Amino acid sequence: MGPITATHYIGLSAILFAIGAVGVGIKRNPIVIFMCIELMLNAANLALVAMGKHLGSISGQMMAIFVMAVAAAEVAIGLGIIVSIFRSRETIDIDEVNLLKL
Amino acid sequence: MVIPNISLGPFTLVDVLPYVALVTILGVILLATPFLVWYERVALALIQDRLGPNRVGPRGLLQAFADGIKLFLKEDIRPSAVDATIYYAAPVLMMIPALAACAVLPVADLRIDMGGGRIESVPFVVGNVNIGILYLLGLTSLQVYGIVLAGWASNNKYSLMGGLRSSAQTISYELSMTMAVLTGVLISGSTNMVEIVRSQAGTVADWNIAKFLPLGFIATVVYLIAMVAETNRAPFDLPEAESELVAGFHTEYSSMKFAMFFMCEYASMLVISGVATALWFGGWNSPHPALNFVPGFVWFILKVVAFVMVYVWVRATLPRLRYDALMALGWKRLLPIALAALVLTATWDAVRTPADKKSGWPVIEAPHDADKPAARASNAR
Amino acid sequence: MQGNSIGFWILAALCIFAAVQVVANRNPVRSALALVGVMCCLSVFYFAQGAEFVGAVQLIVYAGAIMVLFLFVIMLLNLGAPNPMMDRVGLSKPVALLASAALLGSLALAGALKMAPDRVGKSPVSGTVQQIGYALFDPGRPWLFAFELTSVLLLVGVVGAVVLAQRRSD
Repeated sequence: MGPITATHYIGLSAILFAIGAVGVGIKRNPIVIFMCIELMLNAANLALVAMGKHLGSISGQMMAIFVMAVAAAEVAIGLGIIVSIFRSRETIDIDEVNLLKL
Repeated sequence: MVIPNISLGPFTLVDVLPYVALVTILGVILLATPFLVWYERVALALIQDRLGPNRVGPRGLLQAFADGIKLFLKEDIRPSAVDATIYYAAPVLMMIPALAACAVLPVADLRIDMGGGRIESVPFVVGNVNIGILYLLGLTSLQVYGIVLAGWASNNKYSLMGGLRSSAQTISYELSMTMAVLTGVLISGSTNMVEIVRSQAGTVADWNIAKFLPLGFIATVVYLIAMVAETNRAPFDLPEAESELVAGFHTEYSSMKFAMFFMCEYASMLVISGVATALWFGGWNSPHPALNFVPGFVWFILKVVAFVMVYVWVRATLPRLRYDALMALGWKRLLPIALAALVLTATWDAVRTPADKKSGWPVIEAPHDADKPAARASNAR
Repeated sequence: MQGNSIGFWILAALCIFAAVQVVANRNPVRSALALVGVMCCLSVFYFAQGAEFVGAVQLIVYAGAIMVLFLFVIMLLNLGAPNPMMDRVGLSKPVALLASAALLGSLALAGALKMAPDRVGKSPVSGTVQQIGYALFDPGRPWLFAFELTSVLLLVGVVGAVVLAQRRSD
């Protein structure tokens, strides 16, 4: 086992991203799908930070911070939508919720 | 008071100081808990004009130990409908952040003779890290998981209500707390806990509470209110509100697991009082140079004890808030006030900064400029 | 360095295990808990790479706020119990697995092909609050504009959340 390089981090990031993608594909509970999307965003962040370190630039970290800000806004809205769908339809099964109106 | 840098085998005192600090701080916090419980009960009794514990030991001083032994020896009951793993993990998950927060608590500044007459100030702290205050904010935000998961795993309606209330309450008050803490960071100009305390050396007027008047004071008050809410103490003890929710999130917990929740409450009370001391009230600094002969850790402990007294006093004085009143206080009062204090402090700081410092952005050294054209060209070769 | 690399492998294994739990566990609360575990591991990775600020923000924002929000909604809608209806296997499962395997393969391939050997000895970049702040508010860099846009985004988020949370009176 040699020293840990950016390649290791990016490999880990690819694995996490793929796991998140599987989750988005197979889950029907929108909250869990949402969590899997967060997992994918996190994996992307790891790759960004690792690449930034690899290139000796702070840009990777800056992008990671913006991803976090966007994720926070997205979660606030997404969970709000899920709660209001549940209020009006009593279910949040992703296959049942197939109308655009509430 | 100068301490010689004595040699201990292959190490010197300075080398082992973080480990000494770790053992001492953790030990003091865990040992102080029973006395804290005793103190709280006696003080409450005093305020409510009754006797309080006075049977076990002198002045009832051993009452908390007796209670502890009782809890240890009680049968460990596991209700049949709980989610076992999470049910058992919850008290531990609550304890870890409470104790881990001690790592950046600056207790004292030791004057150590490094040999050859060179005297250095070495902080008595486990980890003197740059982002100490961010670390603390991260840990306080993790502490809510213990309560939320305990409430959910118990599979009990009252527990679930307690967990729900706790998560909403913590998120709401964490915002105000973070804004207040950021104001303190702005005033001190550092995110390192030791640097924050060092920047407050001098008299009472140099403490962060008294700087940028009245902004420092306002931020301190916001922090103190949010800190009571974060530790789920009365009048913000809605997660366990015994008159509505039986015992809230720990209704289903018995014996040792309940004891852990109980200890956790007091440990986090001590830790967060320590943070308030370091951030606003000068940490180990004495209130006046004339009192400098008293060692720093005495001041620190005195201030923490004062906070604990305030905690008990508040609990005895104020009734529990209604849920909507709690949310209204957090979002409609504290958050705007904290935000305003932060923005005004930043503006004030920017205005009074000398013009030559404002003239431009500090030059960032070459390594960070990889994405600028010139640097990219040199990289391409 | 050796200690670092052992730590990396242990944490990476933990991280992948927790990530698999997020997807494989049928209980949304446990999924959320596993995701908190992933985020804490990632935060350690950020600290290990010198990205102090990102690591701390990861803990405060992701683990401390976003995931608590998830737990809150799961508990509020009482979705804590595993629901067999939510986990029925359809055609989508093998397709999703295949697609993800292809994705992972291509990502790994791209990583292996494109990554030059690490330039060891290159001056390390630190992610202290100071450095982040200087880079963020430097008018000569693109981040300042993005930062201002983010503030608008967050405002829209707040307004949207309030609108969604209002009960309709009709």
